[in-house]
Amino acid sequence: MSQLSDLWKRLQSLSADVQVRWKSMSHVQRLSGYVLAVLALYLAPWWPKIPAVGWLVNTPGTQFSTVLNDQVIIFVLVALGLNVVVGLAGLLDLGYVGFYAVGAYVVGVLTSQHASLPWLVVLPIAVVVSMLFGVILGTPTLRLRGDYLAIVTLGFGEIIRISAKNLDWLGASRGISDIGRPPSIGPLKFGVIDPKPYYWLGLTLVFLVVFCLHRLEESRVGRAWTAIREDEDAAELMGVNTFKFKLWAFAIGAAVGGLAGAHYAGKVGFISPDNFPLQLSILFLAAVVLGGSGNMYGAILGGIMVAWLPERFRNFTDKRVLVFGIALVLVMVFRPEGLLPRRVRTKSPMKSASGGQEVAQ
Amino acid sequence: MTNEVLLDFNNVTMQFGGVTALSDVSVKIFRGEILGLIGPNGAGKTTCFNVMTGVYQPTQGSVVFNGSDITNLKRFQITQSGIARTFQNIRLFSEMTAVENVMVGADARKTSSIPAALLRTKHQRAEEKESYDRSMELLALMGIADRASDAARNLPYGYQRRLEIARALATEPELLCLDEPAAGFNPAEKQQLNELIFAIRDRGYTILLIEHDMSVVMNVSDRVAVLDFGKKIAEGLPSEVRSNPDVIAAYLGVPDDAA
Repeated sequence: MSQLSDLWKRLQSLSADVQVRWKSMSHVQRLSGYVLAVLALYLAPWWPKIPAVGWLVNTPGTQFSTVLNDQVIIFVLVALGLNVVVGLAGLLDLGYVGFYAVGAYVVGVLTSQHASLPWLVVLPIAVVVSMLFGVILGTPTLRLRGDYLAIVTLGFGEIIRISAKNLDWLGASRGISDIGRPPSIGPLKFGVIDPKPYYWLGLTLVFLVVFCLHRLEESRVGRAWTAIREDEDAAELMGVNTFKFKLWAFAIGAAVGGLAGAHYAGKVGFISPDNFPLQLSILFLAAVVLGGSGNMYGAILGGIMVAWLPERFRNFTDKRVLVFGIALVLVMVFRPEGLLPRRVRTKSPMKSASGGQEVAQ
Repeated sequence: MTNEVLLDFNNVTMQFGGVTALSDVSVKIFRGEILGLIGPNGAGKTTCFNVMTGVYQPTQGSVVFNGSDITNLKRFQITQSGIARTFQNIRLFSEMTAVENVMVGADARKTSSIPAALLRTKHQRAEEKESYDRSMELLALMGIADRASDAARNLPYGYQRRLEIARALATEPELLCLDEPAAGFNPAEKQQLNELIFAIRDRGYTILLIEHDMSVVMNVSDRVAVLDFGKKIAEGLPSEVRSNPDVIAAYLGVPDDAA
């Protein structure tokens, strides 16, 4: 145990060193740092080929780029969306898989089941429909607080799944197959074999979502959400229209969840109600809490861990869930507020309001 | 102080089940004055505040502010119509910085929402800057600008109390309700608070003050209203109220032979 905490301390001092060095860099150096980091992320499918890093990150038994897209990107997107609801606005949502399913089903219905629109056209429709579901669920339930809200949202996730299972219109338990894929552009072929284009598309979506959420966080909206999380009554007495902003948090969260679902459906080409079990809601929430509820970059890290760890330990066969569980417990013991806890923003809000270039950090 | 009635608290009765917290209380607050609201513990002072700011809906009676009935408005609408308050038990947004706390208050007067924030429109940036500048100005007025970027929970007690006042002022109220602002202050701090209250009044705000501490109430208030067991038992100049036998009885009790 003491060795572990020793290692942890060394890691901490190392990251502090890096931070100091980062701050002392010039503008150009930092910009090129960002560009390199982004490039490295787009080249992630080849990471397992790098000597030492490859041993750490590789996923035995599953193609690495498949894990990157089908697990990591999906979990990161979902964690980003759920972090708005749980981390920023402080609303416990246990049925988030519902919005994810709505996004996937909209794509399924409009590209295969009842129409054959192109995926790219359906994507914004899926986002908007998920958002509407967020509003529909939020309007009656956001009058509830805490545990009560959690129970109602738990029910919502199940309603979506069971409805999909019983409505022939949605393919019932057979599901929907032959779902439309994103359009191929030149050498970027969105087919069955190569998952890399999907990963690049997903990564681009992640950057887009991070950019948008960053802008929201650093505005009146983000302040309203945080105020509601900290003390809802005081926020309302300070003139915050709490219901409106809670509903917005739900809608934005649902939209991002729907986006993740639409991306998922476009990749796998087949969805059925069994793809959206309650367990997924719990894992999504685990990703946010593990990474650091209320910190967008924490949520991203949490999403990566929850998605990647079980794949990394796949050669432990039936004990891998145990290893995954132990990893979760260890994080919660040593980092009770998550891997990257939320931080009080110490820099002046005006500085960040003037420049939008620090998005890729 | 003028003769214009800013807030008319009209025959308000507030019942919780069988308990009557306020019974037929009427108080008028005039524009520009400092009205002290005093009374023993449990007299109904904070209930008065809660009815005014929309936390409770009165069982009977009405609250008229600036000529319009605000009895059934939502809490945030009451704040936007011009009443702001502080809390008896400090209720800051503890994980936010001091200046962010005040900006939440300033945001009450702003309109830019999600689309504007996403597009970062000119209007939105102007509003952000306005909120920030006004918040820093208010922190300076309260004398706590030096800790503007500290988390509210890390501020010393006296700073937290003053931060609450700054946050309430940021909503640009016409009526500022202070719920026991001197609680836990030492005499020197109370003296500072008195000066602060005058400074706020001189900027054109009307102030309703709940306070236990007589040295603060009697020095600061233009008029004083006294509550006891949910009833108003006296109202008038501080000097009049101080010598009112009912008030003395309420605070000190009545000798057995006189009861």
